[in-house]
Amino acid sequence: MTGFWATPIGITVLTVLEVLAILVPVLLLMAYLTLAERKVLAAIQLRKGPNVVGPFGLLQPFADAIKMVMKETIIPTGANRALFLMAPMLTFGLAAIAWAVIPVNDGWALADINVGVLYLFAISSLGVYGIIIAGWASNSKYAFLGAMRSAAQMVSYEVSIGFVMVSVLLCVGSLNLNDIVLAQRHIWFCLPLLPMFVVFFISALAETNRSPFDLPEGESEIVAGFFVEYSAMAFALFFLGEYTSMITMSGMTTILFLGGWLGPFGLWPALGPIWFILKVCLCLFVFIWVRGTFPRYRYDQLMRLGWKVFLPLSLFWLVLTAGALMLFGWLPQGA
Amino acid sequence: MLAVPAFYVFSAVLLISAAMVVSARNPVHSVLFLILAFFNAAGLFLLAGAEFLAMILVIVYVGAVAVLFLFVVMMLDINFAELRSGFQRYLPVGLAIGVVLFVEIAAVVGGWQLAPESAALRFAPVAPDTHNTAQLGTLLYTDYIFLFQTAGLVLLVAMIGAIVLTLRDRRASRRQSIAIQTARRPTDTLELIDVPLGAGIARVGIRRPLATEPEEAPALVEIGHAHSEEH
Repeated sequence: MTGFWATPIGITVLTVLEVLAILVPVLLLMAYLTLAERKVLAAIQLRKGPNVVGPFGLLQPFADAIKMVMKETIIPTGANRALFLMAPMLTFGLAAIAWAVIPVNDGWALADINVGVLYLFAISSLGVYGIIIAGWASNSKYAFLGAMRSAAQMVSYEVSIGFVMVSVLLCVGSLNLNDIVLAQRHIWFCLPLLPMFVVFFISALAETNRSPFDLPEGESEIVAGFFVEYSAMAFALFFLGEYTSMITMSGMTTILFLGGWLGPFGLWPALGPIWFILKVCLCLFVFIWVRGTFPRYRYDQLMRLGWKVFLPLSLFWLVLTAGALMLFGWLPQGA
Repeated sequence: MLAVPAFYVFSAVLLISAAMVVSARNPVHSVLFLILAFFNAAGLFLLAGAEFLAMILVIVYVGAVAVLFLFVVMMLDINFAELRSGFQRYLPVGLAIGVVLFVEIAAVVGGWQLAPESAALRFAPVAPDTHNTAQLGTLLYTDYIFLFQTAGLVLLVAMIGAIVLTLRDRRASRRQSIAIQTARRPTDTLELIDVPLGAGIARVGIRRPLATEPEEAPALVEIGHAHSEEH
């Protein structure tokens, strides 16, 4: 990189292009995830799903987007205007900025930072603010109940996600996401750390407020939870935020447990990004599959699972992992 | 190049949001400004090259503590006028704390001015081949292990204290016993009966507990008696 690209303006332009190169595919994936979800759910329920707009309904996401943009944004009289409009933007923005550190191939990350895992953990723990602010700013009881549920739920499941991450980090010896993937060259962590993988994935479902842990929305009890007062674009942003954070969580699962861009058995290393996208799509499929087949948890069951099952299990497995690494001398050196 | 303007932006937003924390009329806004202040403090940590501390600040304070804080503040029914009335009374205490903090900072900065060799201590010695996460870990788990463990014990005691204070046996609440539920068999609760046409289930010996049936309502009769005695 010489000449123009080395100047401050050149670097800025380059960074913007890099950001677009990550965000545009993520947003496209998100748009088609909404369609894929409806198609998969339809297949599970022996229906056809959207098939009218475009061939196989492929233009459905764009039709939905245009509909959302054309609608009127209604702000309730009692709502706190600034916070009411800030909440959906926050939800969507937080889900998007996590992609700054996710490497889709060796070294292909926007920011290859030392504390990548902590950054992802921090971003995912901030997701609760969009919901809680929306619930409060709407000045509605249903919205507020949804926000309270979601705050308690996300804080509970973060704890076990944290322990799962620590046990992965013990095996890697680095907080850098690139190093984490490279440490899985011989074996993906989903095999030796299988229970942690399961705990992580279920906690990811709870963290993204997806079914069967979608109590914050709970349409049969609190109508739609925290976004009951939202309409048009503000509602769409919540929707986009939820789907983008699903993709982010799938990306995290892929990096931590499924070997990131590494092919199975070292097959076709040149296809790095393709492997990454395939694995993310696999995780997303499981997200939808779970939604189509499991009934919603009751709130006390949710709390019991988080605090009385996952927390002790992940703590125990963390100690076990550390013990095994010490015993067999597998502890990664340096960093 | 970018560090100097970034420092001023972070510092300015930090100071303004800190001022808004104490001056905002709505306590929820106060907490949100506090979160903004945490964020900018994390940004300052990043600029100082302490990326681990920055992330921990965001995870622990913004991601957990402030969420619970916000939770409590939103749930509380706060009387704003009453909250404001104590301002005059607590002003001296607040001022005293402020003065103490200011004197301490002045002492440190003054120390750097008076003894130039102490100024060198400002820069933490960074080993060239490791980054600060590994260094913090090494230091914390070797030299400061006892202090670290003591901090853990203090937190454990605090946690037990919180549980003891809030745990009470609620006899009215119904709990789910997973063991009993999974041990239940269909034969315990379910009986399939071939009901003869037009006969209903009374023929097979099963009766619905209707209040009108005399043998099913002894409790009702007793209550009725007590009622009539009062009259």
